[in-house]
Amino acid sequence: MSDHSDQERRSPHEPDTLPPDIAQRARRLLFDLARPERTGYLVLVVILLLFGIGNAIGPALIAQAMDRGIPAAIDGDTTALVIPLAAFLLVTLATGVADFFGTRLTGTLAQRLMVSLRRRLFDHVQRLGIAYHERSTSGRLVSRQTSDMENIQVFLTGSLQETAIGLAAMGAIAVTLIVMDWRMAIVVFLGFIPLLWVSIVSNRAQRRNQRRTRTAIAKVIVHIVETLGGIRAVQSFRREDVNDRRIVEEDREFRNATAASLRNTAWFAAGTRLIGNLSMAAVLLVGGWLVIGDALQVGMLTAFLLYVRRFYGPLDELVQAFTMYQSASAALEKITAVIDAVPEVVEPTSPTPLPAVRAGGRRVEFDDVAFSYGDGVPVLPRFDLEIPAGQTVALVGMTGAGKSTLVKLLTRFYDPTAGRVLMDGVDLREVADDDLRRAVVMVTQESYQFGGSIADNIRIGRPGATDQQVRDAADAVGLTPFIRRMPDGFDTDVRKRGGRLSSGQRQLVSFARAFLADPDVLVLDEATAHLDIPSERQVQEALATVLEGRTAVIIAHRLSTVEIADRVLVMDDGRLVEDDTPAALIASGGRFAKLHGAWEESRA
Amino acid sequence: MRDLLRFWPDIRPRAWRYAVSILLALFSTGIGFLIPVLTGRAVDGPIADHDYRRLVLIALLVVAVGFAESLAQLIRRMITAGMTADWEVLWRRRLFSHLQRLDITHHDEWDSGQMLSRATNDLTQLRRFTAFGLPFLVITPCLVVLGGVILSFIQPVFVVLLVLMSLPTMAGVAWFNSRYKIAARAAQDTMGEVSTSVEESVQGIRVLLAFGRSPWAAQRFRLIVERLRGHELEKVRLDAWLFGAIMLLPQLALVAFAAVGAWGVVTGWATLGQTVAAITLMMYLRMPIEMFGFLLADALMAATAATRYWELMDLEPRITDPKAAEAAAVTSAAASSSDPATGVLEFDRVVFQHEDAETPLLAGVDLRIAPGETLALVGTTGTGKTAMTALVPRLFDVTEGAVRVDGHDVRDLALADLRSRMGVAFEEPILFSASVKENVAMGTQSVDGGTAIDENGVWEALEIAQAADFVRALPDGLDTEVGEQGLSLSGGQRQRIALARAVAGRPRFLVLDDPLSAVDVDTEDRVQNRLRTVLAETTALIVAHRPSTAALADRVAVMDDGRILAVGGHEELLGTSAVYRTLMGVKV
Repeated sequence: MSDHSDQERRSPHEPDTLPPDIAQRARRLLFDLARPERTGYLVLVVILLLFGIGNAIGPALIAQAMDRGIPAAIDGDTTALVIPLAAFLLVTLATGVADFFGTRLTGTLAQRLMVSLRRRLFDHVQRLGIAYHERSTSGRLVSRQTSDMENIQVFLTGSLQETAIGLAAMGAIAVTLIVMDWRMAIVVFLGFIPLLWVSIVSNRAQRRNQRRTRTAIAKVIVHIVETLGGIRAVQSFRREDVNDRRIVEEDREFRNATAASLRNTAWFAAGTRLIGNLSMAAVLLVGGWLVIGDALQVGMLTAFLLYVRRFYGPLDELVQAFTMYQSASAALEKITAVIDAVPEVVEPTSPTPLPAVRAGGRRVEFDDVAFSYGDGVPVLPRFDLEIPAGQTVALVGMTGAGKSTLVKLLTRFYDPTAGRVLMDGVDLREVADDDLRRAVVMVTQESYQFGGSIADNIRIGRPGATDQQVRDAADAVGLTPFIRRMPDGFDTDVRKRGGRLSSGQRQLVSFARAFLADPDVLVLDEATAHLDIPSERQVQEALATVLEGRTAVIIAHRLSTVEIADRVLVMDDGRLVEDDTPAALIASGGRFAKLHGAWEESRA
Repeated sequence: MRDLLRFWPDIRPRAWRYAVSILLALFSTGIGFLIPVLTGRAVDGPIADHDYRRLVLIALLVVAVGFAESLAQLIRRMITAGMTADWEVLWRRRLFSHLQRLDITHHDEWDSGQMLSRATNDLTQLRRFTAFGLPFLVITPCLVVLGGVILSFIQPVFVVLLVLMSLPTMAGVAWFNSRYKIAARAAQDTMGEVSTSVEESVQGIRVLLAFGRSPWAAQRFRLIVERLRGHELEKVRLDAWLFGAIMLLPQLALVAFAAVGAWGVVTGWATLGQTVAAITLMMYLRMPIEMFGFLLADALMAATAATRYWELMDLEPRITDPKAAEAAAVTSAAASSSDPATGVLEFDRVVFQHEDAETPLLAGVDLRIAPGETLALVGTTGTGKTAMTALVPRLFDVTEGAVRVDGHDVRDLALADLRSRMGVAFEEPILFSASVKENVAMGTQSVDGGTAIDENGVWEALEIAQAADFVRALPDGLDTEVGEQGLSLSGGQRQRIALARAVAGRPRFLVLDDPLSAVDVDTEDRVQNRLRTVLAETTALIVAHRPSTAALADRVAVMDDGRILAVGGHEELLGTSAVYRTLMGVKV
């Protein structure tokens, strides 16, 4: 384990500082996701337009039936009544059908978009590589995939359709008004000026509020994830009260941002409602004036009044939709920031294939390599190192000497700051990810278990492996006797984070994965730390056979590993200070000899 | 629905405010009805009579009503804004607080994603419902009834039509209700799985990268997300029927009003004015009825969210303070003289079995560790060593037998008291997002939560754990933020800070589970030299894999398959126990 490892300060706030053009980027992402569904969206727009128009002409038909139909019916002529009513019935049925299909289509399109957005975020997070994850926290990424996604979905499935229907109806009514009487239409449209102003002002405040809300809830989620993940420690150290106080504090910001947003909505909604009502009064006054002056018919005024009411009717929902839109776009911005983060380790576009592996494993070279983390402090000063094919190398040194960093370059968790890391002569930066991961596998001290059975977890080494191969791998590392004692054998659920397996067993599962993966180059970073000595010995025996014809780099504080090494490299402060066979180093009386002496003593 | 009602005690303190907000919603919608009445008056009165003065008067009345309507709306939203946000925060705090005190067994049974989604998504859903859904769900039927009453004054026949329209609506709603609940529940549950899957893929990123298995994780994620889409689409399908039907019915009622009204006018039992009034009224009722579909879906999702919330809240913490906690609290660290056996840690015929396991993990362990004694536990992996250490601070409770600390059964001590008597360190060193100082000092606060150790005490603990040197080199020294949201440290560094936390304040008991696995031999050696001085006065239980750690102990207990095979000194056991020799790597 390297002390220098990733000692970059992780921002306690946002790792993804939102760039100023984030809104455009978010929009671009949205269009990008929607593009494959162009036809669908076009059909949807048409359906919603029809729906809006259908809604708009309804009152006209009813008015027709009232004004002309009923008097005519009294006179014995029912056609003037039946025709508009039948038309209204048809239009109503048509809008019902349009609503039905509109809802379904909206839902389908929204879900398609959600699935591709979720998957894109997921894939990108996987591609971002280790450097990003060292800076970020799992809670924050969880909040992107859950809370933020939920906000977008609520907008897309609910509010978006309402907005579209509302706008379509307003558009249809506006056109009808102009056609009916342009003077009165102007009176109605005068209301647009304050409406626009209110919208712009509210929009600005709302964007700020929603961004605040999203940031605040992410902090709350980070705190919850951290607490649940470390619940054993939380209870043992009686952190409950401190954590309670902390969530209250973090939630206060969320509460204030949410309340601010709701209050803003309150002003916005009341403002639009007032503008609508004032428009109504204006139409009544001006229209009434014109009617009295014989410049307008009473029927026309009645229709106008009805339409103005309908025109402003959907505004409540639009205001609501507007808030949801701001919330969704703040969420989308956060997601965009993650998706726009540039991976520091990138797969080559035209990869060079690794040469076919020969019997002896692969040759690894560090050619004039230097490395420093983002802060620029060199962790590994320039060095050269060649590991011939088939060699087993033990890497030893004090905590913080840079051992882990060195193997992270070999596994391409990081790229070197200078120089090249070569495998069989090919720069790792030119190797396709698939090829690289088939060639090199690393087992670390941290043996993470995924949800599922023990067999599932071993199979991570090679997803296509047969049951027999999984069993053989478990056999090789001495895991089978433990598994046999489990209630369902290999199918036993490992439980959350492998809680039901002991840490030693989890480490054996990691080994079984590596054995199953069958790589050309095997890297072990403190992979036996949690094992008892008999288990470690069994693993080492297995390794002795497995490493036949493979290249291996092993980091271990327990020098028993050295017994199977052909060569020992001693690191100190980022430099390789000793390099020879174990026997030669012990004989020379250097650092390794001292370490080895202490080790021998500790075993006694 | 019952689950929603259970929130009533939280709402009650502000019930009057909430009621006012609902009344205001009713008022603002109701007063809005006056506007068409007024405009109708204007058309029939001043406009017909060419009376400019009265026209202006009525227009001014419309302005007044308009102001009243929007003011009522503003006040309603203003009083609900802070209130509903407060509720969400209150519920989350309560759930979080409950989860923190829930026993580990329950935590192991639940995916953390399921817990998280209940604390976030579900509560947001509930807040939205209390802010918008519920008030309108209450006033919509009121409005429809009000409409019905007005209609009955106009012409009773129209009321019959309104009732005829309501019947299929209610039947449809009932049909929808049952189906939507199932779909909503499935969707919300799957949301929890999404959360778990993301958490795994991020926390296990090193494994995924090392094996190049990101595509595998992506495939797993895809399956869950597509299942989620399936449930969401089912909801959409139901929504489409409901919205379609609920929108259609009032429109059909309009047609019926017009047709029946016309027939009434022709045959003479209704007037034209009555028909027009009925139609106008129906047009105004349309909006709330249409919104009813949306409100219903919202209410059902809220009910599901409430069910999910209470499912967690109803989990009974199995490890709690004893009933007579007050009595036991008297015998706290300060009044140690009252302890029957100060400094003794005793396992008395302890049997421990996970609830769903078929065989016990510990099958009758007897062990007594004397005051000041250090006992090392050794054994192959999975023999129950970690379980032994977890029983002492009561992360789990014994199935049979008893664990006694200072002569008290651990179940008879208040949890805070029990846990304040000991320092623990786990195999996986978990640091909290806090400063190094806070992390080290957190184990030392007294039972009532006060007076942690001072800075010197923290440094002393760090010195013992050989962590002082690197802590001094950290950017902000003791105040450097570490943990998930702070500076990332290496495994060895974290382990040493965790060890410092355990020994800080010199607790009477130390429970250490393989505390130096990630530390190099040289450092381990130095830590152990310092530990020896601490251990001289502390009763300690240490899980050991290495001879060097075992050699620290006064006695060693060899475990196999949940039992203790042999107890004795390190040298003694090397001589007498073949199992111990194998465990210590002595070639036989």
